[in-house]
Amino acid sequence: METITAEKKYTFKDFTSDQEVRWCPGCDDYVILRSMQKALPEMNVNKEDVVFISGIGCSSRFPYYMDAYGMHTIHGRAPGIASGVKLANPNLSVWIMTGDGDSMAIGGNHFIHLLRRNINLNMVIFNNEIYGLTKGQFSPTSLLGQKTKSSPYGNTQPPFSPGELALGANARFFARIGGNNPKDMTQIFIEAHKFKGTSLIEVLQNCVIFNDGCFDEVTDKDVKEDKQIYLEHGKPMIFGKNREKGLVLKGLKLEVVTIGENGVTQEDILVHDANAQDPTLHQMLVRLEYPLATGIIRSFTDVTFEERENAITAQVKAVSKFKKADDLFFSGETYEIK
Amino acid sequence: MITTKKNLQPEVLEAVVVRFVGDSGDGMQLTGTQFTDTSAMFGNDIATFPNYPSEIRAPQGSLYGVSGFQVHIGSVEVSTPGDNLDLLVAMNPAGLKTNLYAVKPGHTIIVDTDSFTKKNLDKAEYKTNPLEDGSLDNYRIIQVDMTSLTKEALKDVEGLDNKAITRSKNMFSLGMVYWMYDRSLEHTVDFFNKKFKGKPQLIEANTRVLNAGYYFAETLELIPNSYTISPAKMAPGTYRIIGGNTATAWGLLAAAEKSGLELFLGSYPITPATDILHELVKHKHFGVKAFQAEDEIAGVTSAIGAAFAGDLAVTTTSGPGLALKGEAIGLAVMVELPLVVINVQRGGPSTGLPTKTEQSDLLQAMYGRNGESPVIVIAASTPANCFNFAYEAARLALEHMTPVILLTDGYIANGSAPWKIKSVAEMPEIRNHKITEVKENWSPYSREEKSLARNWPVPGTPGLEHRIGGLEKDSITGNISYEPKNHEEMTRIRAEKVRLVQNNIPELKTEFADSGDLLVIGWGGTYGSLHSAVKQFSDEGHKNVGFAHFNYINPMPKNTEEILSKYKKIIVCELNSGQFVSILKNRFSKFEFFQHNKVQGLPFSNEELIHQFKLLV
Repeated sequence: METITAEKKYTFKDFTSDQEVRWCPGCDDYVILRSMQKALPEMNVNKEDVVFISGIGCSSRFPYYMDAYGMHTIHGRAPGIASGVKLANPNLSVWIMTGDGDSMAIGGNHFIHLLRRNINLNMVIFNNEIYGLTKGQFSPTSLLGQKTKSSPYGNTQPPFSPGELALGANARFFARIGGNNPKDMTQIFIEAHKFKGTSLIEVLQNCVIFNDGCFDEVTDKDVKEDKQIYLEHGKPMIFGKNREKGLVLKGLKLEVVTIGENGVTQEDILVHDANAQDPTLHQMLVRLEYPLATGIIRSFTDVTFEERENAITAQVKAVSKFKKADDLFFSGETYEIK
Repeated sequence: MITTKKNLQPEVLEAVVVRFVGDSGDGMQLTGTQFTDTSAMFGNDIATFPNYPSEIRAPQGSLYGVSGFQVHIGSVEVSTPGDNLDLLVAMNPAGLKTNLYAVKPGHTIIVDTDSFTKKNLDKAEYKTNPLEDGSLDNYRIIQVDMTSLTKEALKDVEGLDNKAITRSKNMFSLGMVYWMYDRSLEHTVDFFNKKFKGKPQLIEANTRVLNAGYYFAETLELIPNSYTISPAKMAPGTYRIIGGNTATAWGLLAAAEKSGLELFLGSYPITPATDILHELVKHKHFGVKAFQAEDEIAGVTSAIGAAFAGDLAVTTTSGPGLALKGEAIGLAVMVELPLVVINVQRGGPSTGLPTKTEQSDLLQAMYGRNGESPVIVIAASTPANCFNFAYEAARLALEHMTPVILLTDGYIANGSAPWKIKSVAEMPEIRNHKITEVKENWSPYSREEKSLARNWPVPGTPGLEHRIGGLEKDSITGNISYEPKNHEEMTRIRAEKVRLVQNNIPELKTEFADSGDLLVIGWGGTYGSLHSAVKQFSDEGHKNVGFAHFNYINPMPKNTEEILSKYKKIIVCELNSGQFVSILKNRFSKFEFFQHNKVQGLPFSNEELIHQFKLLV
């Protein structure tokens, strides 16, 4: 098991690089950056052990702005590179910073296999439902009918829901958070770091230029308490400005009820079990449109890829007669020429 | 009447080429391997080549289900598996039909007559039985009812079903061949004892059938004589028979141990490269991290990640996979990380000829990336020296902080030959550019003057936190830079860095005439064919012909021009339409280059090469 101990305490400034940040003014990416810079000092991890790997897109400029190790790679391929970094040095805290196009279009194959494999690293998707850096084409999360530069008459490709896709690929940790919510986002980053296995965080990130306001209906300050449910493990699924609404299971569906109406009491409300192995309820939560589920929806601790590999390696090492390459080269069917 | 010929002295031959062919299930690979190992232990020089169908379980008796194993053994240096067969062992009509082309009239064919049934003849698309219609009159056909004789030999061994009995008939053929070439049965009997440990009836059965074949040949009038091939003059030492892909994997193991780095392989299965993955994944005891990724791209990108984190990083593939990896290799060029890319070439384009050999990925290796993206390109030339060149690929990648593409091919990767085992201690030192201390004005792109290799700060090192990426960077600070002059300067640096590798590789050597009328040039896996042809040509009296074989392609050895200038004519022979020659023409435009090209999925034959040489002298 890895132990990461910090020898010194950091502040967010220690993780701020000397590079000028070049995102558009007002972009939620700034919130993500600052939340990460605030979360890292809380993680008890040495700065030199933190690595950010990104692909291509607005989100993928992220590593340049962090004073840590980082690599800005190629479109869609951050999961492969991050996996290699982590497998080469398991002591590192590895973060993949990606967008909806990078992770689910060009990098879709790597995305599902990363989640299935469960290597102990973290992935943050900046989901703005649009291609930003190429200036406004529809992405795999853009809405059906959405008019974009590459769909002037409306998008004809139905979208993925990142959470559904992730749970379908056996994600063990999935969280969703609004891009305008730095406080909870910071906490989720810390929890993702603590989690052993691949953690996936979807940030509903507003693109002020090409898809402005796409999440307003659920993330706007005035409506978010009524339109979102912020899930916490072990707590009842209650939401609403006055904490009066809750979720119950009716048949095979989640249903919104009002506490105090029709005989509904707080005891009737479902309690969130993020740690459950069975993802059925997590899948329902991920699919829910009203209220939109945010917070840590799933956090099931499973055996990681590294643990499986290490166990086999230890067994092989224990019985192998090969200590050095020469032992192998001179083993078996050799013969002498005199 | 049976007469014994035991007292006859075997006739001494310099070399023989034997091919065993049969159904996929007939055990031809095993038979061939046993004959190879026994001959190697006897001291012969050896080259082998297996030939199996791409179908995993092809229908029995079909033409495309034929599996073969060819071995060339010699008392003289043997550099190819051989062109023309001295002996073909055909276990069924389909095997005979598909391999007869390789037997010259007058040479010997052993067939299992029991398998020449109407059904099998139909499957092999024979209208009449070739054993009866006179079509084989020009060959020495030895007809043996091998299946019946095997059954007869095993009639009182208990606990064997009919299938087990028929399956051991390959050992009958092996026994016959052992007698014909005066080989001892000892090694194969030892092999049975190990392989069938705890199954005494199988040891008994196989040993009996092997002996039965041996004594059958001895008493058979049809085989007039036995032959022997004396031990070859090989350098003293400990040897083993090694296949090219295994040698490649082992070269990487040696490089990891020598450099003190952990070995990371990111790979995706592809013919004919997968055996390197199969081999490395076994060696977890050496700390090898062999990662089977979800696709070719994840294979190379995981390796790039491992290189960033400080491992000796490798990805293995064949042509189509190299195409998929192109963009990521460009990233490794841009971020200047050590990366070994191994391409076991096969026939292309597209899926092409997966199980056949070709040298048609050279230009892809050189130029198959966007932008100006130079990499080191080297090529192994024999099954055994795949070990050296895999090691060399790792050494150059680490010492020059750049991707290295190693080209091998299906021919040498699947072929095998004796390898005088190298100890890791004998291998050259491998430097690397890791740094652990923060120095003043430090930058990730600080370079070593003589090689222009950048330093290698790895995550986990305090104070060296930095960012790298695929965007163009300032030549000094490493920060992103779109400045026009800087881009030109960085393009120059990346090219110059690869060019400077010239100072770290051996000079080009020539064999046979070191100056004269004709220089034969080859590269990579054709060494054996070319060497053997030039040798024969030289032995026939053409003493003014030299041979230069390239293992280093980008950059080329420093003395290349000097060598070229020593001959009146130059011919470049390649298993493609002229890729290497196009590079030579471009770099050394004052010379005229003749060329011989072949794109049939097959290696060169001696005859065709000598024919070409004759046209030029």
